[in-house]
Amino acid sequence: MARQFANKAPLIVGSLAAASAAFAGVLPEDRADALYHRYQGGGITISGPSVLVRKKIGEQFSVSANYYVDMVSSASIDVVSTASPYSERRTQYSLGVDYLRGKSTWSVGYINSAESDYKAKTIYFGVSQDMFGDLTTVSFGFRRGQNDVLRNINTAQGKINDPAFAREAATRAFSVGVTQVLTRRLLGSLNYELITDEGFLNSPYRSDRFADPTAPTGFRYESEVYPATHTSHAVAARLKYSLPWWRASVDGQYRFFTDSWNIKSNTLQLGYTHPLGRSWILDASARYYQQTQASFYADLFPRANAQNFRSRDKELATYDAITVGLGASWEFRIQRAPWLDRGTLNLRVDHMMINYDNFRDVTKGPRGGQEPLYKLNSNIIEFYISAWY
Amino acid sequence: MRPARYLVLLVLALPVLTACAPIEPWVKPYEREKLADPIMAFERNPVSGSYLDHVFESREGARGASGSAGGGCGCN
Amino acid sequence: MNFHQYRSLSLAVLAACVLLVPGRATEAAADARGPAPEFKLPLRGGKDLSLSQLRGQVVMLNFWASWCGPCRQEMPLLESIQKKYKPLGFTMVGVNVEPDSAQAEKFLQQTPVSFPVAFDRSSSVSKLFRVKGMPSTVIVDRNGNTRMIHQGYKPGDENVYLDQIRSLLRE
Repeated sequence: MARQFANKAPLIVGSLAAASAAFAGVLPEDRADALYHRYQGGGITISGPSVLVRKKIGEQFSVSANYYVDMVSSASIDVVSTASPYSERRTQYSLGVDYLRGKSTWSVGYINSAESDYKAKTIYFGVSQDMFGDLTTVSFGFRRGQNDVLRNINTAQGKINDPAFAREAATRAFSVGVTQVLTRRLLGSLNYELITDEGFLNSPYRSDRFADPTAPTGFRYESEVYPATHTSHAVAARLKYSLPWWRASVDGQYRFFTDSWNIKSNTLQLGYTHPLGRSWILDASARYYQQTQASFYADLFPRANAQNFRSRDKELATYDAITVGLGASWEFRIQRAPWLDRGTLNLRVDHMMINYDNFRDVTKGPRGGQEPLYKLNSNIIEFYISAWY
Repeated sequence: MRPARYLVLLVLALPVLTACAPIEPWVKPYEREKLADPIMAFERNPVSGSYLDHVFESREGARGASGSAGGGCGCN
Repeated sequence: MNFHQYRSLSLAVLAACVLLVPGRATEAAADARGPAPEFKLPLRGGKDLSLSQLRGQVVMLNFWASWCGPCRQEMPLLESIQKKYKPLGFTMVGVNVEPDSAQAEKFLQQTPVSFPVAFDRSSSVSKLFRVKGMPSTVIVDRNGNTRMIHQGYKPGDENVYLDQIRSLLRE
């Protein structure tokens, strides 16, 4: 079940890589961040640290390293319906190097994510180029991941990897983006990402259910079966505007997603950033996400083995979600530490509300197919300290 | 996905176009004060941003296209 | 188009980028044209400065802003150049390009300089010198002719400035 999070682990790369090539003519600033994160919702709690350190070496290189942990304690709806609560720990290390040459920044990096039943290794490469008088930045990115999927079983010795189960999955991604300075106050950006996975793409623990009149609950479970390939396209447009009336910025993003599993989704996000006085910055954001289901998804199949590919993973269902967030950042300087340019203390809270259109809450009975639709509310907290040196 | 193909080809052609058709920038380097403001950065706090991206991508069917490079002071 | 086709095309374009989009920061004497344009700007401290007043000295104009990282990084080096070469007939002139000088004043209080700083609040002088990057440095000889234009600042660039200044002082 930790797989659900682990198989998306390499994606954290995308943002880190993009952020590292953020200023094509200037290397990213030297900084260190120590974050405590905590997600709580639907019976799962995932928390842990994320520590990032970035330093320039000479005038042309910037290196960064990140240590990230997810400590999962889960009694989620999937787990409670079909198994028993568990805990898991996923550890991720990443290393990146950025090289600045003229108006180009070249980036390369490696990410290693490991938990007891899933190991993911990813490498990425990116280039970012300024042109047209530094008004336009064009970026390319390539990513390649190799994952090992294992399955834990309970034995007299405790939980071990099932020696009879070892699968693999591979990912390749290509991304291209253009950022354009539109006016003195307006920035625009267009991004496209193509991702292809092949191999064992589902969870070895998860099941789908089918109607069975002979069963007391009206249904029985069977192992899910996924296609061996998954190709997806995402296109996103973004605008960021500096307000003329007071110092503040507004941000709007829209992303359209479609894939070979027939999922289509729309994401719309709005944000507002408002500095207060000399030390405070406040952020507010609202995000709306909507998706239609994968072709092989169903909450309840009509019978056993109803289709070649079958899943009851709620991530593939039809649903929409609203997430609202608030953040506050306080800047400080320490006189006795001249090596420290400045530091910030930050707190951010997000609340996510998901309403599933076709995933039912099996824990609330009565019989197969008539349970209420599932609603998942969760809280996400981030507390972090940042330092620039 | 056909429209994506054209978009990508257009973007890939940009660097080649630069060399052939120099355009005068309409926002001069000395007019980038607002763009250089940290609150105008697409990603002001990368560790927080990538964590939230991870939270969403772990729970959604969609993935990708969440980063942006560029903007800023345009210095050097 | 599949992943492999995108990749091959991107790599071809990457090669084009590296070959066709150079980042030449300095225009040599041959490219810089003739007499430097005359201008008059208010100085920090009250008076006015016109470029013609400085005829007879080697002048280095540095276009900078408080919001520009490399500009801030360069400032102490410009101050040391000023201190060393002022007695030999040289003067540095900082031209601040911000419409509102408050942030610039704040920066100069923390990083004081002894050379004149002029405020180009309406960007007229920036336009006159066709400033193409931040920071920009223009070196003018004793006869008022532009001899070098340099864009950006990376540590080590001061050697380029010093070479030019020394050869102009010898003229």
